Amino acid sequence: MFIDYYKVLGIDKKATEQEIKSAYRKLARKLHPDLNPNDKDAKRKFQEINEANEVLSDPEKRKKYDQYGENWKHAEEYQNAGQYQNAGQYQNTGQYQRQPPDQGGQTFTWSQGEGEFSDFFESLFGSMGGTGRGRQIRYRGEDYSAELHLDLTDTFETHQRTLTLHGDKIRITIPAGIENDQTIKIAGHGGKGRNGGPNGDLYITFKIAGHPKFRRDGNNLHTTIGLDLYTAVLGGEITVDTLNGKVKLKVKPETQNGSKIKLKGKGFPVYKRKGEYGDLYITYMVQIPVDLTDRQRELFTELSKSHK
Amino acid sequence: MKNENMISAAKFCECHHIEISFIDSLKATGLIEIATIEESSYIRESQLNDLEKIVRLYYDLDLNIEGIDTVINLLQRMEDMQHEITVLKNRLRLYEG
Repeated sequence: MFIDYYKVLGIDKKATEQEIKSAYRKLARKLHPDLNPNDKDAKRKFQEINEANEVLSDPEKRKKYDQYGENWKHAEEYQNAGQYQNAGQYQNTGQYQRQPPDQGGQTFTWSQGEGEFSDFFESLFGSMGGTGRGRQIRYRGEDYSAELHLDLTDTFETHQRTLTLHGDKIRITIPAGIENDQTIKIAGHGGKGRNGGPNGDLYITFKIAGHPKFRRDGNNLHTTIGLDLYTAVLGGEITVDTLNGKVKLKVKPETQNGSKIKLKGKGFPVYKRKGEYGDLYITYMVQIPVDLTDRQRELFTELSKSHK
Repeated sequence: MKNENMISAAKFCECHHIEISFIDSLKATGLIEIATIEESSYIRESQLNDLEKIVRLYYDLDLNIEGIDTVINLLQRMEDMQHEITVLKNRLRLYEG
């Protein structure tokens, strides 16, 4: 597929070197992956402008691109026929190094593994990219994405876990309070870099399953517990489960069905704030006694009459 | 006592083809912390990611140190907001699900 590099950079075909540089810098500041974390669209566009700059900022490559344009496939045929004497200069020589801006062209080391440059670019300038000035481009390894499925209780305490990825064991720390669908980056554990380029990163998205007893709402937990009618009416003491053990609770007399109480600091740990916890909200579900004995029915009837 | 891996600032500069004075200016503005051991400067492993990001912003995008400081702060705010959005989405799911 033909790519119009001028269009990618938003410049005219007669653009000067300075205009190309300026257009590239303007777009790079907008689309640089460091400024657009986790934005795949920005990464793709950044790759496009990087590629366009690689070609247009190099006079030799620009000449070849301008000469053959969308008929680039024929360029190879011309070269094979010996009509393009300088074809060899596009082969790789030397090691790419970051160069200060005043020492010639500069190519960012960011890429996303596969598809560092388009097929169009590779067909035109070779699979290793253009190297007309004795540079070799460092390829950053591919970023990997993975999902880690956890139970709610797994995220209650900070702990370490060993994952196996492509045969490599990676030990990661899972911080307490991490959210469902939250993604963390493990730097350098993606695909291997090439030509001395850095490794890609590993992005792990946490998928946290619901809990049969507790419902999480941010840092707060919600639960419903059954309360027998007698304790609800007369008050008393009960024991309830929390995610970090049992607690004793005093129930006020005449507690209504559906009423809620809050246990401060008994909720979920706050992400990356050690020692801070949300609250636990308990909803009472008053249970009406069943299978009454004759005596109990008699007493309830008496109670009922006293109520009237 | 907890051990921490460090890389010498000189080695880091050599690998990234940058001047040591750049690291000094980052230290002076408080963007990174440098450990000094026997008169040599060292960078903590935990700071490497941030430092590499700063290097990219400085050399790739021509941002000055003050600009980088601003960008880093804004990125942190973005990350916090992203986290908040995730929390709110999960909360919304509770009521819609």
